[in-house]
Amino acid sequence: MGSITLKQVTKSFDEVNVIKPLDLEIRDGEFIVFVGPSGCGKSTLLRMIAGLEDTTSGNIEIDGQDATSTPPAKRGLAMVFQSYALYPHMSVRNNIAFPLKRAKVPPAEIEEKIASAARILNLGDYLDRKPGQLSGGQRQRVAIGRAIVRQPSAFLFDEPLSNLDASLRVNMRLEISELHKSLKTTMIYVTHDQVEAMTMADRIAVFNAGVIEQVGTPLELYQYPVNRFVAGFIGSPKMNFIELDTPQEDGATCLGVRPEHIEITESGGLWQGKVGVVEHLGSETFLHVQVEGADTLTVKANGDCALRYGDDVYLGAQPNKILRFDSQGQTIANG
Amino acid sequence: MATTHSRTLAQFMLFPSVVLLLAWMIVPLCMTLYFSFLDYNLLSPGTEEFIGFLNYEFFLTDPAFFESFFNTLVLVGGVLLITICGGIGLAILLDQAIWGRNYVRIMVLAPFFVMPTVSALVWKNMLMNPVNGLFAHFATFIGIEPIDFFSQAPLLSIIIIVSWQWLPFAALILLTAIQSLDREQLEAADLDGAGPFSKFFYIVLPHLSRAVTAVILIETIFLLSIFAEILVTTSGGPGYESTNITYLIYTQSLLQFDVGGGSAGGIIAVIIANIVAIFLMRLIGKNLEG
Repeated sequence: MGSITLKQVTKSFDEVNVIKPLDLEIRDGEFIVFVGPSGCGKSTLLRMIAGLEDTTSGNIEIDGQDATSTPPAKRGLAMVFQSYALYPHMSVRNNIAFPLKRAKVPPAEIEEKIASAARILNLGDYLDRKPGQLSGGQRQRVAIGRAIVRQPSAFLFDEPLSNLDASLRVNMRLEISELHKSLKTTMIYVTHDQVEAMTMADRIAVFNAGVIEQVGTPLELYQYPVNRFVAGFIGSPKMNFIELDTPQEDGATCLGVRPEHIEITESGGLWQGKVGVVEHLGSETFLHVQVEGADTLTVKANGDCALRYGDDVYLGAQPNKILRFDSQGQTIANG
Repeated sequence: MATTHSRTLAQFMLFPSVVLLLAWMIVPLCMTLYFSFLDYNLLSPGTEEFIGFLNYEFFLTDPAFFESFFNTLVLVGGVLLITICGGIGLAILLDQAIWGRNYVRIMVLAPFFVMPTVSALVWKNMLMNPVNGLFAHFATFIGIEPIDFFSQAPLLSIIIIVSWQWLPFAALILLTAIQSLDREQLEAADLDGAGPFSKFFYIVLPHLSRAVTAVILIETIFLLSIFAEILVTTSGGPGYESTNITYLIYTQSLLQFDVGGGSAGGIIAVIIANIVAIFLMRLIGKNLEG
């Protein structure tokens, strides 16, 4: 059980509206990622769901029960913080046992739960160490362990991987996804990293300035972004935008095309330009092409691309891969 | 200071100040040590002679020594207890978001800036005076006999005065410690179902242990040598009820003009201070590591 429904939820600090009226249905067992640039309100919303921030207006329902003013401990949710928020003076074992002891769980049962959490997260070797003696990844696991033992109806993750180095982040990403597959518990995950969002999520909610721009599966957002913000935020490298001097007949003032959808041709094509910086990544190559009458376009090419700085190239793209945006930034449907 | 050359230079340049500081400490200590073995009384100058450990024997077998030793411990312990407990309470209060918080914090710190003699006089004449003091007025107002603090509870009165002076110091150190507590830990505890008391005992208090240790060590150093408050208020009396070691040494050497005996007392005080220091470091010094 772990469905969460947000109804017309808002949050304002003094006069500033951080969250504008917002509806969202989080289904039982799904992995939903809140993604957006910093300051877009995604963390605030997560903290409101956790009960750490008051809700200015609207309702938060957990499993059909109105939980808008329920204290955090009574909501049955567990949170993993960005700083891990482990208790530094307690051993790993006591950190994990802390919520159970507060809930007056019998000692034998506590031992059992710690053992099972330690098994799931490979914590066995350092149960008696203090958090200060652990590496970032291990601390992260302990924080997750402390969340697991409570058997919450949903897990809340607040940018849990942002303090880890790049390679560890990839590993922990996999581990958290793995954990979700085995526990089948609802997880709400906040991040500003669209790669994390794309790789982990069942559904993604893209936030911008206190509103949800779009909710959908990763591929939906990638293929059919509803507006220019979502199109630019999802995908790496970023989508290229080409401003048009004169609107097209359907009202489009801007074209969007992803680097991986641009083809390099010998002649003809939609755009002509000069190759700027070439970034070889081995498996692929990113070309920054200075196009006449437009900005620099990023183009993704094969790993063995032989083009060099200063070469003249022609660029093209399949018409159905080009997105068109109107003057409001909304996507104009194809066809 | 990475190279051998610069390290040598640094040591060379530190040398004068180290020598100066060492001399500053060693010379008075050696003189005190020397005087403590002499029969040296200011009333009969020129008759100094070496008398071995006789001064120490007299000082240690004086019944006043045990009483003042005990008083010293009670004074230090009592003030530590009040300032630590009160300081934690005050720090938690001052950490709350209240209107005019910054002004309140400065006001709270004020007693620490008042000179010991002045604050003792204020307490003696304005608050604790059995006739004109505020406490006496209050006692008369509610219809009970005013207490003559300095004759009925001299040591307690001094403990109260000294605590009043040191409470702001403890509160301020503990307040900064509380402010350095990671808010996410408290939020995690909230989610883990910890109530206000659990949060205080399991999160806040362990976090404060380092600061408390520092406060205890610093305060102990100063509290072992409390003097002005006693001189201004009770003059160690009645009898020896509010005399501590420091005050006893003062009476010995400056009221009885017995420089030899006073010096012996001084050396004993140094030894006691060191014993207390070792004891404290053993007991709570671990908190400062790591």
